Amino acid sequence: MIIYILTVFLFLIGLYGVIAKRNLIKIVIGIALMEYSVNLFLILIGYVRGGTAPILTEGLGQKVFVDPLPQAMVLTAIVIGLATTALLLAIAIRIYKKYGTFDIREIKNLKG
Amino acid sequence: MDLFIPLFVVVPLGGAFLIAIIGSFSRGFGRYFTSIIFAFLTGLCIYFVFRIQGPLVYRVGGWELFEKIPIAIYMVIDGLSLYLLLIINLIGFLSAFYSISYIKKFTAESHYYTLFCLMTAGMNGVVMSGDLFNIYVFLEIAAIASYALVAFEIEKEHLEASFKYQVLGGVSSLFILLSIGFLYWQTSTLNIADVSRMIAVGGKGELVVFSQVILLAGFGLKAAMIPFHAWLPDAHSSAPSPISSMLSGVLIKAIGAYVILRLFFNMFAITHSVAMVITVIGTLSMVVGVLLAIGQWDIKRLLAYHSISQMGYVVLGVGIGMLVLARNGDRAVATLAIAGGLFHLFNHAVFKGLLFLNAGAVEYETGIRDMKKLGGLAAKMPVTTSTSLSASMSISGIPPFNGFFSKLIIIIAAIQAQYYVLSILAVFVSIITLASFLKVQRFTFFNKTGGEWERRGITVREVPFSMCFSMIVLAILCFLLSALIVPSVRDVLLTPAVDVLVRAGEYTTAVLGY
Repeated sequence: MIIYILTVFLFLIGLYGVIAKRNLIKIVIGIALMEYSVNLFLILIGYVRGGTAPILTEGLGQKVFVDPLPQAMVLTAIVIGLATTALLLAIAIRIYKKYGTFDIREIKNLKG
Repeated sequence: MDLFIPLFVVVPLGGAFLIAIIGSFSRGFGRYFTSIIFAFLTGLCIYFVFRIQGPLVYRVGGWELFEKIPIAIYMVIDGLSLYLLLIINLIGFLSAFYSISYIKKFTAESHYYTLFCLMTAGMNGVVMSGDLFNIYVFLEIAAIASYALVAFEIEKEHLEASFKYQVLGGVSSLFILLSIGFLYWQTSTLNIADVSRMIAVGGKGELVVFSQVILLAGFGLKAAMIPFHAWLPDAHSSAPSPISSMLSGVLIKAIGAYVILRLFFNMFAITHSVAMVITVIGTLSMVVGVLLAIGQWDIKRLLAYHSISQMGYVVLGVGIGMLVLARNGDRAVATLAIAGGLFHLFNHAVFKGLLFLNAGAVEYETGIRDMKKLGGLAAKMPVTTSTSLSASMSISGIPPFNGFFSKLIIIIAAIQAQYYVLSILAVFVSIITLASFLKVQRFTFFNKTGGEWERRGITVREVPFSMCFSMIVLAILCFLLSALIVPSVRDVLLTPAVDVLVRAGEYTTAVLGY
């Protein structure tokens, strides 16, 4: 049970980073942390105590397997996360070139 | 016929791939190829509209049911999906055709068309998917392409808008993934029909409610409903105009509102509390969106705020239908309210798409978006002015145009369901919308004193053919869509979509087949 709570904690730390931090790179790190925590949560859902890799072979008596579906989902989610993080960092670098700073208090042309 | 279903995803994805490769050798390739792709897909949609009977199911990989467990990934086309597919591909075709002239001035033309095809492939995938995780994957394809397109002009404000959009979009995607995780935990399946059956059999109450709440927050952010709207005015006004028209006209519906409708009608059992939350969010968006819009002077920003308000109408109509269904009220009233909401969804795609294309035409010729500096364009740009006038009348609900009929249906349904306050609010918002579009027309086109463009010595003439063509087609559609209230026309297009939502329980049987 404690490990589920720690996952939620990691999610909240990431959310705090996104909301409270003023540096663009730290916001990106916050989003990455949230993503890791969701991935961990998905893996935990599929985990069965004492289970092994779900490979069906003749003659092996092992009957307890972990659920393979969340693992496949997490693989996909990691790839998607890579794309979002890469794009976020690319835009952050472009912003740095235009404004000369990562501080969001100085990057506010748009309002209203 | 169900073998054609994957074409809606495969063709634009393959097109994106081809444009990315061939576009680096020949610049003009993507320009025409994208329009051809979407013309083909629109034709395919119209073919489906006339030939479809009942939901079509395509199982990826051809896996059949195994001991009543759906193994394959399902792609489902029923009335509602087809309705959305038609909107996406039609507006996609017209925006792509408009882009032929508009995007010529940019250097990275083939990248633009690649991203355009990717975004539409993602949206087509979302509305056809019968599987929760697949919805997430396609949604991310559409969203990532749209983040890049918002930043396409790479000036200061575009980058800032794109970053804001990405942060909020990323957080909302993670909320969605988290709630998919919770649902999988409860039901051990991802197929929407199967999840619905498992919840009905005996899902644990609290966790299902918790996942509903996160799901509503995630998709509410994607649909820019009012507590989650902060990114929309920036992102939609910073994108190039054809993309603004895709984002406002289609994207917030396909990956926001549509998924909310699909999941909360067909997957979860309709409860009074959820229906109440959805109605309240819709009403808030409708009222607050229009109040924020009225003070804007940047033409595209004003239009973006109106998107929030008009999506409020859609959600309000559907929410009223949901409330009536939840208290086991008159089904005819629920049908009327949901029909009004879905009708307004199509109408909004058409007139808001057109208004953004008009704003793009004005910006293309004058380079100005501030309404205070414009004026007197009516004599110089007759096509843009007349199409913009018809779109403005449509959005503010003037009788012969489509916007009038859908708003009228929503208001009548609200009165019949005895929500008098909501109907008065809907009329009130419509009046403020009219006022704000009078301002747009007066300051942009009909002001006698020439604006800043005259002083700067810019020669303004009518925009090129491809842009005129898209605007004229959309203006005619603003007029023709009124025909959807005629019963024989309605039965072909609108009634199948409404039936999917009103008879929510039949979706499971229709998809799984037992």
